[in-house]
Amino acid sequence: MEIPVMVGAGLVVIGVGMGIGRIGGSAMEAIGRQPDAYGKIQTAMLIAAALVEGIGFAALFAV
Amino acid sequence: MPSALNKFTLFSVFLVVLFSAPNYLYAKDSETTKDLKTEIKEYISHHLEDAYDFSLFSYTNDQGKHVYVGIPLPVILWDEGLQIFSSTKLHHGEEVADIGSNYYKLEHGKIYKTDEAGTINYDEFHHVTNIAPLDLSITKGVVSMLLIALLMFWLFRSLAKTYAVNGGVPAGVGRFFEPIVLYIRDDIARPNIGEKKYMKYMNFLLTVFFFVWFLNLLGLTPLGVNVTGNIAVTFGLALLTFLVTNLTGTKDYWLHLFDPLGSSMKWYAKIPLYIILIPIEVLGIFIKPFSLLIRLYANMQAGHIVLMSLIGLMFIFKSWLGSPLSFGLAFAISLIELLVALLQAYIFTMLSALYFGFAAEEHEHH
Repeated sequence: MEIPVMVGAGLVVIGVGMGIGRIGGSAMEAIGRQPDAYGKIQTAMLIAAALVEGIGFAALFAV
Repeated sequence: MPSALNKFTLFSVFLVVLFSAPNYLYAKDSETTKDLKTEIKEYISHHLEDAYDFSLFSYTNDQGKHVYVGIPLPVILWDEGLQIFSSTKLHHGEEVADIGSNYYKLEHGKIYKTDEAGTINYDEFHHVTNIAPLDLSITKGVVSMLLIALLMFWLFRSLAKTYAVNGGVPAGVGRFFEPIVLYIRDDIARPNIGEKKYMKYMNFLLTVFFFVWFLNLLGLTPLGVNVTGNIAVTFGLALLTFLVTNLTGTKDYWLHLFDPLGSSMKWYAKIPLYIILIPIEVLGIFIKPFSLLIRLYANMQAGHIVLMSLIGLMFIFKSWLGSPLSFGLAFAISLIELLVALLQAYIFTMLSALYFGFAAEEHEHH
């Protein structure tokens, strides 16, 4: 593959990684504050992570 | 308890065998007529694409000919009249099919109409310029979807029947699915759609959840059927969500789309805002189901590509160190794929419920 394609794919992965990492981090903090809300926080985290991943995959396929 | 331990060991052995079975099925003998990498690429694309026959595996026999073990499926074309023939006539793209006065050739997974010699014309971009007749065949994907539909129907029908027999308590295998159904009702449908209208949409949500989940799981088995990784399938599912959202949209739904500010501002003050806002909202009507489509397709397709590539990596390494490592990695990734199968089904259902909630909302303060 050409260099610009590879650089683009790398940037997409960086973006997705940072996004999901931040979501996971905030979820961990929230669980730490309120351990009994674990189920709801986990659900919300998975939904947000899937949305971010969806964009990431779409971009990867376009690239 | 000894019996529980035996069941657990048996189940885990079964899991390991199930997920390593693709490796045995793709095993090749030591002399290959083609380069190993090309052959692996072909196996990967064969797994990812739809096929006109349900071939479980193939091998090259002593005469160097490819032998496919499987069931041929009917090919149904509409080309000035209905042409129905068995896919054995296509010979997996190696020969030209001779049906009456028409000749068809299978090229890169699509059927094109050619002449007797089987010429395929390419234009300057390497796209085929032959006519492709309208293809309504029963392909591998269609058969898998029908089988899953039958399985779901049988499963949930027998679950429903046990309620009557057993006095309100389910029995049998269906017991596993009752909490899932309740979860979809209480945590996906009710919060998003609201108490009044959620029952109308429950049929669709339940069907879509289990359909997508079972199809994703089916793609992980050694049968090599990749249904949800096929953009046409996910397009159909997303189209259904789109149609249900927009056809059951209440007046408030459309009002919110095209007039979100309502009576809080004068009409001439809203115009500059709406010039920007309304195109975005209109685009949003299409982009929301489109993202459902892309998300499911890309997740499944990427997962299968990674898994198949890792399995192929095992054969490229051919060493005592590289191959077991690749196998371990492939096994770990197939476990992640199990999670992704469930997660993607859940996300699809959740977002569909969210969109239905938008469509079904009744405005309180107008």
